[in-house]
Amino acid sequence: MTAAETGAGDLLRIEGVTKAYPGVVANSDVSFAIAEGEVHALLGENGAGKSTLVKMIYGLVKPDAGRMIWRGAPFAPSQPSAARASGIAMVFQHFSLFEALNVAENVALGMETPPPMRELAARIRAVSEEYGLPLDPSRMVGDLSAGERQRVEIIRCLLQSPKLLIMDEPTSVLTPQEVEILFQTLRQLRSEGTSILYISHKLEEIRTLCDRATVLRRGKVVGACIPRDSTAREMAEMMVGATLTPPERRATEKGEVALGVSDLSVASPIPFGTSLKAISFTVARGEVLGIAGVAGNGQDELLLALNGELRVAPDRVRIHGKPVGDLGPTDRRRAGLVSAPEERLGHAAAPNMTLTENALLSGAVRQGLTARGFIDWRGTEAFAEKIIESFDVRTPGTHVAARALSGGNLQKFVVGRELLQSPEVIVINQPTWGVDAAAAAAIRQAILDCAAGGAAVVVISQDLDELLEIADSFAALNEGRLTKPRPVQGLTIDEIGLMMGGAHGMEVAHHAG
Amino acid sequence: MFGGIDPALLIASLMVASVPILLAATGELVVEKAGVLNLGVEGMMIMGAVCGFITAVVTGSPALGFLGGAAGGAGLSLLFALLTQVMQANQVASGLALTLFGLGLSSLLGQGYVGIKPPHTGAVPFGPLADIPFFGRVIFGHDPLVYLSVLAVAAVWIFLRNARGGLILRAVGESHEAAHALGYKVRRIRVLAILFGGAMAGLGGAYISLVRVPQWTDGITAGAGWIALAIVVFASWRPWRVLLGAWLFGGITVLQLNLQAAGSGIPVEYLSMSPYLITILVLVIMSSGRGRAALNAPASLGQNFHAAR
Repeated sequence: MTAAETGAGDLLRIEGVTKAYPGVVANSDVSFAIAEGEVHALLGENGAGKSTLVKMIYGLVKPDAGRMIWRGAPFAPSQPSAARASGIAMVFQHFSLFEALNVAENVALGMETPPPMRELAARIRAVSEEYGLPLDPSRMVGDLSAGERQRVEIIRCLLQSPKLLIMDEPTSVLTPQEVEILFQTLRQLRSEGTSILYISHKLEEIRTLCDRATVLRRGKVVGACIPRDSTAREMAEMMVGATLTPPERRATEKGEVALGVSDLSVASPIPFGTSLKAISFTVARGEVLGIAGVAGNGQDELLLALNGELRVAPDRVRIHGKPVGDLGPTDRRRAGLVSAPEERLGHAAAPNMTLTENALLSGAVRQGLTARGFIDWRGTEAFAEKIIESFDVRTPGTHVAARALSGGNLQKFVVGRELLQSPEVIVINQPTWGVDAAAAAAIRQAILDCAAGGAAVVVISQDLDELLEIADSFAALNEGRLTKPRPVQGLTIDEIGLMMGGAHGMEVAHHAG
Repeated sequence: MFGGIDPALLIASLMVASVPILLAATGELVVEKAGVLNLGVEGMMIMGAVCGFITAVVTGSPALGFLGGAAGGAGLSLLFALLTQVMQANQVASGLALTLFGLGLSSLLGQGYVGIKPPHTGAVPFGPLADIPFFGRVIFGHDPLVYLSVLAVAAVWIFLRNARGGLILRAVGESHEAAHALGYKVRRIRVLAILFGGAMAGLGGAYISLVRVPQWTDGITAGAGWIALAIVVFASWRPWRVLLGAWLFGGITVLQLNLQAAGSGIPVEYLSMSPYLITILVLVIMSSGRGRAALNAPASLGQNFHAAR
């Protein structure tokens, strides 16, 4: 770091930057430097302060203390246009795009002095070809895939020939193929002398792409490393500040069948959804059934049919032998089944309601939080606090709206809310989607603990590593049909590929890493 | 006029009859495109009507009267901007309150002006053009505000479609979060849009009290502001459709008045409600069944913007 301290060759130097919000110190005395033409990783868990830090560099947030040095001169952008004028461009975590506008209009909005539309469209085409990011300037952004939307953001940045490109968790919504295309683009940019500040908690990505890394934990810099020379495990432990232990599975006796599904066929209520076709399986007390499959093969529908949002004939779904197929979610909760859907905001949690209110929404029945039509607020508050404490949800308090939590923190909250209701049957879709390594490990451990306590668990996930880690038996969903569940022990990757209907080519390869 | 209805006169008078709602609806279109739902159009119109009337009577100049009307509408809209953009009040409730407040305040201000005749607003002198048969009467015989209202539609259309400012305005209405992330001043843009909408509504109101009626009575706008609001929505936020909707409304208003005067067999009550009914029906049919019509709605419409972290 001596070179960084003298400032030679540094594009941007951050010195002692501090930013506090009511209830949270987002950044505390953060210092690091980005050299010319390097890909610098900013590593940290959810809520470590990465996003706040880059927002200060981009002029969206003003630091409380500290200073920034940009190419040798003090730098304090008052707004994003000032940062852009200096040569800083940013690709946002949640895309800053306008769905009802076309690609060219979206690009124009991110530029200070855009050329006339026709010329801009030509330049978009030229840049998109140069960097291998095909894009039609006249298309509506609302019609584009997640990968294409990101291309719009990247091209918007590239058209300004930035000196520093900030990317805030760019791969969280991309398929493995799209990630590969993105990395090629970023390598090309680096070879042209552009520095990249790359924010992620995906360690393998950082090892393949980045030259140096700065690690943040709870708003403080806790270390730096050369990703290529470190193992993913070392970096993860630096991020978490503790030794990571893989989830521990206690040997459990399989009990009697807790959840039985027989010959379940139901049309999808979702437009362009997949209907379920003759699904049958049983899950015993203490068993974890992992259900794999590429997105859109009936995962959402299966969750709806199991948790009661989609009603079927009574004897299709049984809990402890009792037919519950015609019961709604509340009655199924009463019967012992809890569920956590994939979509956190809007399905698992009501975005504008507080954590306490969200705790009540699913906890009322099993936790006895209502009596004679009135709400026991004190009990509900205590329940919400218990979730926050048990699952290490980082939030200023229970009065905070669900939408204000970062994705990983909210996921911990909605999963914790279900697991703490002493359930007998648990159905979870994508339990660790968008969650960092430490939090994911904690969630998986909690699921295993519930199973050890005698609950029957169904985990639906697209993450094969996760399923192999926690499931006892394994099945795959393929165009609405479920394969016969098989014990995980002794299952090979080839067999899994066949179960998933190999032709669909779920990325079995990516977990080789 | 009795018996047969002269088509040239009908078209000429429908253009005049539609000016107030056309002006107000064009202003509201810009406001809603910026993501703000201002339901106070009726209140801003009647404030424009009374302020314009008073200014014209006091100064004796219709031009100053129209300016006063625009200022009156913009002044009331500034109150709305203060409530919703600075104090983050609910837009629907604030808009409704604005209408009620405007109706009451205008009645108070106009107390001494009932029964007075305002100065006459003359037609634009087109000279020999006005003598062309049919077209002369239809196109070249109007006061300046008729032409201004059509020009305003064209200007708003070009602004939203081709101008940088229009693109930013649409972006703010589409996703204020994303616009803020890119560094646009969401609130400032919205306040400016609200002021424009207020001025246009005020101008429309002044046209009612200075040209259409022309005198001052309480509640003179008679729901024109509400029709303007409905026209914006059912025109799918497209300027030329707003023009079509306004002319349709104006046309049926004139037609039913002529029918009343001609002593047709249809009861007067049905005739009086027909402009409202038919305009809404036609626009509903036009904006339904496409699916994509709804896509033109600003996605952040009616949502308040809080600058988060």
